[in-house]
Amino acid sequence: MTNTTIHSDVTHHFLRPKKKFPNVWCAGCGNGIVMGALIRAIDKLGLEKDNVAVISGIGCSSRMPVYLDFNTLHTTHGRALAFATGVKMAKPHMKVIVITGDGDALAIGGNHFIHACRRNIDITAILIDNKIYGMTGGQFAPTTPGGSRATTAPYGNYEKQFDVVKLAIGAGASYVARGTVYHSTQLEKLIAGAIAKRGFAIVDAFSNCHTYYGRMNREGDAVAMIQWFKTHAMPIEAARKLPPEKMKDKFVTGLIHETDATEFCDEYQALVDRLAGKEAGR
Amino acid sequence: MTRKGNVKLLQGNEACVEGALYAGAQFFAGYPITPSTEIAEGMSRLMPQIGGKFIQMEDEIGSIAAVIGASNAGCKSMTATSGPGFSLMQENIGYAYMTETPCVIINVQRGGPSTGLPTKIAQSDIMQARWGTHGDYTAVTLAPSSARECFSETVRAFNLSERFRTPVTVFTDEVLGHMREIMTVPEEGELPVFDRIKPDVPHEWYRHFEITPSFVSPMASFGEGYRYNVSGLTHDQDGFPTAVPSEIKDKLDKLRLKIERYLDEIASFRTEMMDDAHVAVISYGTVARASYQAVRMARDRRIKVGAIQPFTIWPLHEVKLREMLGNCRKVIVAELNMGQLVHEIRRVAPRHTEVFALNRYDGEVMTPHQILDKIREVL
Repeated sequence: MTNTTIHSDVTHHFLRPKKKFPNVWCAGCGNGIVMGALIRAIDKLGLEKDNVAVISGIGCSSRMPVYLDFNTLHTTHGRALAFATGVKMAKPHMKVIVITGDGDALAIGGNHFIHACRRNIDITAILIDNKIYGMTGGQFAPTTPGGSRATTAPYGNYEKQFDVVKLAIGAGASYVARGTVYHSTQLEKLIAGAIAKRGFAIVDAFSNCHTYYGRMNREGDAVAMIQWFKTHAMPIEAARKLPPEKMKDKFVTGLIHETDATEFCDEYQALVDRLAGKEAGR
Repeated sequence: MTRKGNVKLLQGNEACVEGALYAGAQFFAGYPITPSTEIAEGMSRLMPQIGGKFIQMEDEIGSIAAVIGASNAGCKSMTATSGPGFSLMQENIGYAYMTETPCVIINVQRGGPSTGLPTKIAQSDIMQARWGTHGDYTAVTLAPSSARECFSETVRAFNLSERFRTPVTVFTDEVLGHMREIMTVPEEGELPVFDRIKPDVPHEWYRHFEITPSFVSPMASFGEGYRYNVSGLTHDQDGFPTAVPSEIKDKLDKLRLKIERYLDEIASFRTEMMDDAHVAVISYGTVARASYQAVRMARDRRIKVGAIQPFTIWPLHEVKLREMLGNCRKVIVAELNMGQLVHEIRRVAPRHTEVFALNRYDGEVMTPHQILDKIREVL
């Protein structure tokens, strides 16, 4: 991957014209930053638009594909990875990217998430992680921190949280990274690395929902929330050298886990080839 | 491989697999469930042999999702399940209706509700086939009654789904799925095989949901340069979400009209001894076999009775059915449920016709004697 943009006007090359804008997101929403990082990453990888499928579920994040000039599939709540599995198997040469949210991927879609990790199918999941259900008006998610308020946790959230990174590593993903909408250059690199990776790749992109999470938890406006990412993110390289007590109110960013394992579609093709060889040799 | 015509001893489930391959199925996703599992097992063996794709998903919701994804990527796709799995699939089946994605879903019916009777027969999902998912849509459901018909109706299901860009369900049952029968597998070319219509316009002219005079839109696949959007949100002809009342209505009308306009092509019936019949027995699936036997027994007793078997349960061809009923004053609807299709028959039957329900819902098959008794009772 080179670090130069192929198209001088990435925005107009990768976004769809007419009727789609203004977008549905609140002013200041981090989703647009993730979308920008995604198209720049795709541009730098030199991917053909025809060869990219972007698939999403339901939620604020999942409205992204409609703006993108690729093969786009806006599916049902939580099921994007299952739809994507069908697309990828049918056309293994295509780059399949799933845009999902923390509620979409980890609550209703939790089962598909762990099984996509387990199969190590060559899909890139970009999980826009804003700790809340935004589209439905601020209910708590499997990622909402303990004690935080949400419209269905008016006295503070008393549930435990998923750690997306640990979950994905435990389930068998090949590439597990975390970025934030403050660190947009790093996010772009992590997404590019995820797309280039042969196998299941997940980028947990911390984003701000100032409209609901921020307002209900007095964390301020979009700027204040995005600045919080700046002050609390700890790159993995630095985090590894720090004692646990210094990491207490920090979160790790960067490429946290990467392994090389056989990819699902490759395994399947090997089976098809083996059976064809057997038949030919008969 | 059995692409060439030959005589085989096949289960209904196996015949569905053979039929799917004959129709050109390239993708199967499923989840184990009794009594449909042999279909997934057959697919897991045969799909890799022909270079097609098989995947066992983590649940039925994922199975139908993968099927719809693969269909949008250009594969003729199918799944198979039974009651509980069919219930789980409903939301995504609605997505397939809305996004006009061709796919075939086989439901090997068992007793319900809930876990019900995994190893016993029922026909109690007939209304779910029509109204299972939320919203307005027009369903296409086929019901074979033998291994031979499991084969041919699966082929027809693929053809209709490709022709009209819609999901098609094939409703069999536990007995039909597991019963073995001798059948001649049709030769290549003996049954028609239809592939979806591809666009013939330049990429920038393509509209994925174009309202054409036939209401059926040509369908490009992912990766072919058209880069369209697909959404379960109510959408315009380009696939982008809309809230414009006229576009909403046009979309829903399209879903209905593309099926209703071609009812003559979709509807299929078999009748026996209906010419001079005063009493008609309407039944489908396994029960139809008992009905033919009962009709013959009744004819031996000089009772003027005939049988009607709809292969296309949904949409029910009301005009044709009324025509077939002709001068029958009495109609018996025999079903393995507490009465489902009978309500539809009551709705469409001519005014002078009295409609009787014959139901069995104890997990056992309907016997010819039961039907014969009912014929005598209503005379």
